[in-house]
Amino acid sequence: VTGGPTAVVVGASLAGLSTVRALRDQGFDGRVVLVGEEPHAPYDRPPLSKGYLTGVDSLAKIALTDDTELDALDVDRRFGTRATGFRAADRAVVIGADELVADLVVLATGSRPRPLPALGTLPGVHQLRNLTDSEALRAALRPGVRLVIVGAGFIGSEVASSARTLGADVTVLELLDVPLSVPLGDQIGTICASLHAANGVDLRTGVGVKALVGKERVTGIELTDSSVVDADVVLVAVGAVPVTEWLVGSGLTIDNGVLTDAFGLTSVPGVAAVGDIARVAGPWTVEPTRVEHWTNALEGPARAVAALLNGPGDVPAARAPYFWSDQYGATIQFAGHREPTDVVRVVEGDPESGSFVAVYEDGDRTSAVVAVNASRTFTQLRRRLVPHHAEVTA
Amino acid sequence: MVPVLAADDLGPGEARRVVIGAHPVAIFHAEGQFYAIDDTCTHQDASLSEGWLEGCLVECPLHASCFDLRTGAVTAPPAREPVRSYHVEISDGMVSVDLDRTRSDP
Repeated sequence: VTGGPTAVVVGASLAGLSTVRALRDQGFDGRVVLVGEEPHAPYDRPPLSKGYLTGVDSLAKIALTDDTELDALDVDRRFGTRATGFRAADRAVVIGADELVADLVVLATGSRPRPLPALGTLPGVHQLRNLTDSEALRAALRPGVRLVIVGAGFIGSEVASSARTLGADVTVLELLDVPLSVPLGDQIGTICASLHAANGVDLRTGVGVKALVGKERVTGIELTDSSVVDADVVLVAVGAVPVTEWLVGSGLTIDNGVLTDAFGLTSVPGVAAVGDIARVAGPWTVEPTRVEHWTNALEGPARAVAALLNGPGDVPAARAPYFWSDQYGATIQFAGHREPTDVVRVVEGDPESGSFVAVYEDGDRTSAVVAVNASRTFTQLRRRLVPHHAEVTA
Repeated sequence: MVPVLAADDLGPGEARRVVIGAHPVAIFHAEGQFYAIDDTCTHQDASLSEGWLEGCLVECPLHASCFDLRTGAVTAPPAREPVRSYHVEISDGMVSVDLDRTRSDP
């Protein structure tokens, strides 16, 4: 394509790919450039802690697209290319000494694992975000290897589950008294955490970590009570931070992500942010929030593109935030957003039996629903949730 | 043809998973017709019979892939491969499925 408008999408994972698809679906016929730091075409990240980590899923299985589709989308691929800066007012994406100037720019550089610099670093210590990370962790996990995971969130829990299937001896250290209590609440968090012990994983809660132990490679991790847990391999999985350092000085408002309205539009015309990087003033949360869920990266871009191309007037309402986690053969699903004051009520099944559905209620409003191994009812209830407030535009 | 359930047992908008041989199949009653497709989503392991039905489209309950019951085609990602939509017959009140024929076969 020559002439006409140009759209540059920075970030070539699920959110970036979904943006490119949405641009074409919605009739954008100008030039589309997709810039991605990794050398690979977009691939699916959830299997990196599950099927790809255990070797069940191949690289082909987790590909999100292929050359046939990308050719049909007529997208100029710049994989293995890192954006180093951005001038929002000019919509100029800086790539080293070069610049891509566009009519529309969509920022989708995602997030990376939160570092714990106080721990220091040693060989044998891993974090998990991309293919290389998953492959390195897989290579380290053999029967009998002692894996210590810092953080009992979804990534930590899924890796614990995968590592058990690979025969590793797994300990999980969690700072909170109840893992996942922020998204799920204490009651449901406790139920989900019980899967660890039931599958032979030593979960220790209310435990802080102080330092790595070891000289040439990690041999353990020292806790804040000065005791040491022996380890052959350590995974640090304590959440994620948005990849925004390249946007410092861009003219955009950066505050734990790129601030956007409910659609993903930033304060600068023609510039949107989608996926993990966007801190959205959405209707489901009291404060603007970064939504790190896969489904947000899948579905959010179509709304941002619609708002970019035609204004926010006709953009369909966002669906309730949704995530799932597969651990120890159980499928945990959650939709909506829970506030600490919401009340939990089991509406189907029995948490003790391993299959149940529960709702979170704020007075008459059902704010969220959670299910373990009960996707049929969950699928119905997910569509009856009511957001906290109406959408607001920038 | 394998009889799988009584037509009266599956109300409008309902779905059920049945197993024919070792093959899980999802039976849908949608827009006045019965449909039979592979129950397992082609993206990752999930039962489409537990999905959300909207007209003749079913959305996977786990990751939101959509399939057209009439053809098995993917209408929304992340799935990239279609499911098969099988030949269905109703006789004497029974819904029967032929796994050797797709719906589009004459």
